[in-house]
Amino acid sequence: MDRPNFRPSRFANRNQSNKQASAPRFHSPTQNMVFLSRLKIYTVCFIFSLVCLSFFSCAQQNSSYNISKANPRAKKITIWHWMTDREEIFQELARKYEALTGIRVVFELYAPSDAYSQKVRAAAQAETLPDIYGILADKRDFASFIKAGHAANLSQEMAKDNGAWSNSFFSKAIAVNEFLPDNKFGVTPGIYGVPIDVMNIQMLYNKSLFKKAGLDPNKPPQTWEEFLQAGRKLKQAGIQGLVSGWGETWMIDCFISNYAFNIMGEQKVFATIRGEVPYTDLDWVKVFGLFKQLADEGMLASGIVTMINKNAEQNFANERAAFAFNGSWCVNVYEGMNPGLEYGAMFPPSVSSKYPMMIWGGAGSSFIVNDRSQNKDEAVKFLKWLTADAQQIYLSRGTNNLPANKNCISSIPDILSEFAKKMNQTTHPNVWPVQEFPAVIERMDKGVQSIIIGEKTPEELSREIQSIKENELAKARKKEN
Amino acid sequence: MNWLKPGKKKIKINPAMTDKIPETAVLKRKMKIARAKSYLENFSFAFPAILIFSVFYIYPFLKVFQLSVCSWNGIDAFSFGKFYTGFTNFKEILRDGIWWRSMWHAAYITIIALTLQNALALALALACDKEIKARNFYRVIFFIPPVLSEVVVGLIWQWIYDGNYGLLNYALNNFGLSNLIHNWLSDPNTALTCVAIVHSWKGFGWGFIILLAGLQTIPRQLYEAAKVDGASSWQIFRNVTIPLMIPVFVLVSILTILGSMQVFILIYTMTGGGPGYHTEVPVTRILASMVASSRFGYACAEGIIFGLVLLVLSFTQKKISERVKQV
Repeated sequence: MDRPNFRPSRFANRNQSNKQASAPRFHSPTQNMVFLSRLKIYTVCFIFSLVCLSFFSCAQQNSSYNISKANPRAKKITIWHWMTDREEIFQELARKYEALTGIRVVFELYAPSDAYSQKVRAAAQAETLPDIYGILADKRDFASFIKAGHAANLSQEMAKDNGAWSNSFFSKAIAVNEFLPDNKFGVTPGIYGVPIDVMNIQMLYNKSLFKKAGLDPNKPPQTWEEFLQAGRKLKQAGIQGLVSGWGETWMIDCFISNYAFNIMGEQKVFATIRGEVPYTDLDWVKVFGLFKQLADEGMLASGIVTMINKNAEQNFANERAAFAFNGSWCVNVYEGMNPGLEYGAMFPPSVSSKYPMMIWGGAGSSFIVNDRSQNKDEAVKFLKWLTADAQQIYLSRGTNNLPANKNCISSIPDILSEFAKKMNQTTHPNVWPVQEFPAVIERMDKGVQSIIIGEKTPEELSREIQSIKENELAKARKKEN
Repeated sequence: MNWLKPGKKKIKINPAMTDKIPETAVLKRKMKIARAKSYLENFSFAFPAILIFSVFYIYPFLKVFQLSVCSWNGIDAFSFGKFYTGFTNFKEILRDGIWWRSMWHAAYITIIALTLQNALALALALACDKEIKARNFYRVIFFIPPVLSEVVVGLIWQWIYDGNYGLLNYALNNFGLSNLIHNWLSDPNTALTCVAIVHSWKGFGWGFIILLAGLQTIPRQLYEAAKVDGASSWQIFRNVTIPLMIPVFVLVSILTILGSMQVFILIYTMTGGGPGYHTEVPVTRILASMVASSRFGYACAEGIIFGLVLLVLSFTQKKISERVKQV
């Protein structure tokens, strides 16, 4: 008997004899149905296994880093960053370091910062973080990275040679990367990041527009009242007052913080965050009232509530506003946008003389060493080299950023020196002993936008924030219990 | 002779071949093997598609469900048992006024798109369906906005709407309408409508192309017959074009609803959700929960609720359209 043709192919009948015409064919409707039903079963099984995988695989994620992935002999350090303005200088420094040590340093740029931030989080989950990277997050998230084993404790390295490395930095720059004993995040005390540059956020004023409005360009306003008066004069001259990227809510948060410290002092601010002082307190109403004053006086640039900082920088650089609220990085930005811009830095005008004004500042950007990296020692050596005097001066001159190394201050441009002088009056939520709930911060910043557009009063906003705060506190208590 | 039929049917054996029973048993076994091979072969063809679909669609979908019942910050090593919180996130969303407000904003943008955008698309499609000069040129022109990057469109329109140096205010001033000049995107009364108009401008090209394709499938003889019967242009449009275009309208409407409800990039580049919460839409809220607040579980729960709303909307739209078609 001939071997029957079992191949379910349309070619089967083409060359077969009559005898073979009666040969079995497997594509009758019944067979197709059987096949489809089985296919369904296989598919369901497959999907079911995926369900099981998705729900039960999570326990395996704590497994240790796959060492075989990294080549221990590789003389290559990979660094992830988001700083587009520093990319070229970083590449140049990487070339210098390779020429010096033979170790290849690869800077990988991922921008914009939002996308970078997501990439780092995803890499942390997948345990594919590079040897060195930066974190764009608050202290709470930074602590999570450390607890998950993604950041090396550099305290010992910093302390070597009587703390030579540590002492070379501005103390505020180190503070942002430091976790003190008994910190509320439960992180082992230590220094977990290396500051590359520092920054602080102050106010800038346009000297040419000051002259045009009949103001003294060498005497910027120092008190809130002087500031409002200057604003009135500018308005009369048809010049817009203050411009800032208040469409990005964190800049509003920064402005609020400055005046909260100035009006009620550090302790009361912290007490509010701890939930001991309500946001309906008169001092807080006064802080929110400042925004109403600015709006009522017509001192704010048109569209400030939806303006991103890049646009605000353009407005100031193109002389469309006399004041800007911006960080020290703006020196580089204005240099690129309008090299001939005549401007100066000024400390935000104070409302009260009772408490000092504290501005946001500290480490501008920091690099973290991946604790699971096979090249951890090499990475630390590279960061030591990068933060040494020569490299810091080179980096600062090339990017117009404040160096993290305090020994280099004498070698930077005048305008940057003005920023540097105020480094001891800086603070940052990341160094505070307490952290506000993100929901409260969001409502506060968005609420200030509402005050500026005349939708809410400072009192209404205070009550609204307090209500959110109470909700969050209740949730936190419930979680603790 | 159906001796090789699959399934549970008994094999019929020719009595003349009873002496060859052992051979038939061998054959039966071979058949089984061949059938298994056949199934495996067929399954192997489908497997890559199933695998890709499962890994990139089903798995993330299930993962979102899993995360939605957890309170996880997106950084800590994930452990279901440790972060499980039940339906707390869903309960919280039900009480979250800003979330539902963002949903209304998306609905508002969708309503503008369904009316303004689709009316414009239909009008232009009808115009291009006629024998007019340079209609191919117009087709290309009308399809330019959808081809442009949303970020670019957002930034250009942001400049047009700018309160100080915007083209719109400049034009209003030149036309003697200076009383209308203001910052369009920072005014809570106009911000959302401005974004909705840009969204409609950006999206009408898709509707235009689909509607034009639909119009071209209508047999010309029907129009000619209607004309011979003395029907006016409006009667032809109402009694010939509209009934035959209903399936296309359904498709365009569903695509418009899904696209408009998920508007994000335009909002992100033009207003960032501000001023206040006036242009927040569900996707910006999901992003805020995930990135600003590090609440991945809550963001996933928001995503699920949003997905369900879209599903319900699409089904409702389909049902209504079917009913209209029957009428």
